[in-house]
Amino acid sequence: MYSEAARPILSCAAMTCEMDSVSGPLQILQDINFTLAPRRALGIVGESGAGKSMLVKAIMGIAPKGLKTKGRIELDGQDLLALKPKQRAWLIGRKVGIVFQNPMTSLNPFVQIGRQIEEAGCIHMGLSKADARSRAIELLSFVGIPDPEDCYDYYPHQFSGGMKQRIMIAAALICQPDLLIADEATTALDVTVQKEVLDLLQTIQAERQMSMILVSHNLGVVAGRTDEILVLYGGNVVEYGPTAEVFRNPRHRYTEALLSAMPAMDQPAHTRLRTIPGQPPNLANRPAGCPFAPRCPSAQAVCHEIMPPMSAGIHPDHRFACHFPLAELPRPAPQEVAHVQ
Amino acid sequence: MSSDAILEVQNLSVSFTRAGKEMKAVDDVSFTVGAGETLGLVGESGSGKTTIGRALLRLLPNANTTAKGSVRYKGQDLITLPSEDMRRMRDRLQMIFQDPLSSFNPRRNVEDIVAEGLVIQGKPAGERKARVQSALADVGFDIDLVAGRKPHQFSGGQCQRIAIARSLAVEPELIVCDEPVASLDVSVQAQVINLLQDIRENRNLALIFISHDLAVVKNVSDRVAVLYMGRIVEIGTGPQIYTRPAHPYTRTLLEAVPVVDATRKIEPDGKRTVMPSRNRPQGGCAFRSRCPRATEICAEVVPTLRTAPGGQMVACHHPHDEPASGMAA
Repeated sequence: MYSEAARPILSCAAMTCEMDSVSGPLQILQDINFTLAPRRALGIVGESGAGKSMLVKAIMGIAPKGLKTKGRIELDGQDLLALKPKQRAWLIGRKVGIVFQNPMTSLNPFVQIGRQIEEAGCIHMGLSKADARSRAIELLSFVGIPDPEDCYDYYPHQFSGGMKQRIMIAAALICQPDLLIADEATTALDVTVQKEVLDLLQTIQAERQMSMILVSHNLGVVAGRTDEILVLYGGNVVEYGPTAEVFRNPRHRYTEALLSAMPAMDQPAHTRLRTIPGQPPNLANRPAGCPFAPRCPSAQAVCHEIMPPMSAGIHPDHRFACHFPLAELPRPAPQEVAHVQ
Repeated sequence: MSSDAILEVQNLSVSFTRAGKEMKAVDDVSFTVGAGETLGLVGESGSGKTTIGRALLRLLPNANTTAKGSVRYKGQDLITLPSEDMRRMRDRLQMIFQDPLSSFNPRRNVEDIVAEGLVIQGKPAGERKARVQSALADVGFDIDLVAGRKPHQFSGGQCQRIAIARSLAVEPELIVCDEPVASLDVSVQAQVINLLQDIRENRNLALIFISHDLAVVKNVSDRVAVLYMGRIVEIGTGPQIYTRPAHPYTRTLLEAVPVVDATRKIEPDGKRTVMPSRNRPQGGCAFRSRCPRATEICAEVVPTLRTAPGGQMVACHHPHDEPASGMAA
């Protein structure tokens, strides 16, 4: 999709995830298509239940048992779904690093953090004990942990939430991955610490020339830090394109509704917020047509019957699945875009 | 600042004792809330926001907790009020919590949950029913459609609306909202915020709105108090705090807010916060170890609140005077 790039580091084509439940099969993800080029950052946004985490877990092969994934997921040219589970885990462990929302459930409380950082390095890279230790210490200092040599022997409870998240980032980097995934990695942190951790991720991404996926429910988190953005709603990609373009001129009505539901820092007090009436779709009993149609103020009969295909705007990379998209805005003159800070 | 304050908090301090060590969660905090006014309390985790909210309603644990100072509600000191009188006071002062599901009894019906406060007040059954109906209607529920349902049958946003209905049923004058939208999705958050605003206007309710989200606080609050390590470091009207923040900490907070603006790429900086220990107070200003403007005096003298050029109160030896960059009114 992005012509400048050579082989994409990750691509999903017609990816679908289904799972059985007591109330029938749940269609968790439907027809997901995207490509992530080397050294690019992709933001995945959506509300709870949109399928953000499931998408990440399905790619990583760590989805709950019973999740049936179809389609094609390619990591650095290899079709993950065609590989045997062991080979797949081996490849992903070597090439992808992941940081989850809650570091306390990812870190073992009984094991010194240095050991936990090295673990994947010893398995995948065959590092010797001494090499692993020196690399772990190097990474600890790289992610901004003071006195890394002492901290190597500390246990997780001796660190604050932000520090633990830095340790998780260090552990994700030990195999020098080509792709780093941060799944709501800063959601549990204070704003000031969130900013630091996001800054760190961005710095690392640039320095190590990695690709990155930032998964968040907070549009503000991905706005200034990603190149492309994927908006999920009810398990469907509703809008996908260059971040700046999607924010400047959202074409899908859900994206636009989501953006205007957020209280903005430049609104005066007691500004009425726009709401999105109704509920996200029931995944066990999906309505035909567009998943957003029941909540969409502009929905017509066709929206309830036919799922809109992804179509492109004037910007060929900006795509959206809507029968009645919002109008295309003219590109502003460059000086209007320039932001005074 | 409104002159007809209904709640006056003076020199409130709360400390918890653990293993013989005293930890000051709230340190000498004073503020007022007028009728129909919304005061926002913001700060990082551990800054004492929730402790203040709970101290006002006497909801702190009894063991190992000391609350000092005075909390006057229309002249009556709530800190020293006998518990029987405090119970009666709760029909005027209510609270909404972050996680509504954990504040409901999962086995009770919605209408019983909303009626709970009225039962405690000893209201007759007929009046209870009418009040529950109108409280549920205020939050957008038809009693005939929800009666008999249990909390788990509702979504997070709906549960928060039920929690609001429960607090409204007793017809309070002030509600302490402790992170009421923190666990909600953006679209649902907007509904709950709008709802709180409508109710506040219709019923002339005073709100104390505790949140870590500065954009949400800006939207709902008339006045804002910024807390750091248990102390108010800055307090003033919303526009004062947001357009001309005087305390360096307020600026740090505001700069860290993720802004929905994709027109420019964020340039990462390598700053790292070192949080000072709460158990070993360092003396002087608590923020000085993180403060870019700290000087010698900050290590020696604890700054007290005084009027800043913008009109708000600020506790800083070197307050900012210029408007914040990039902040619109």
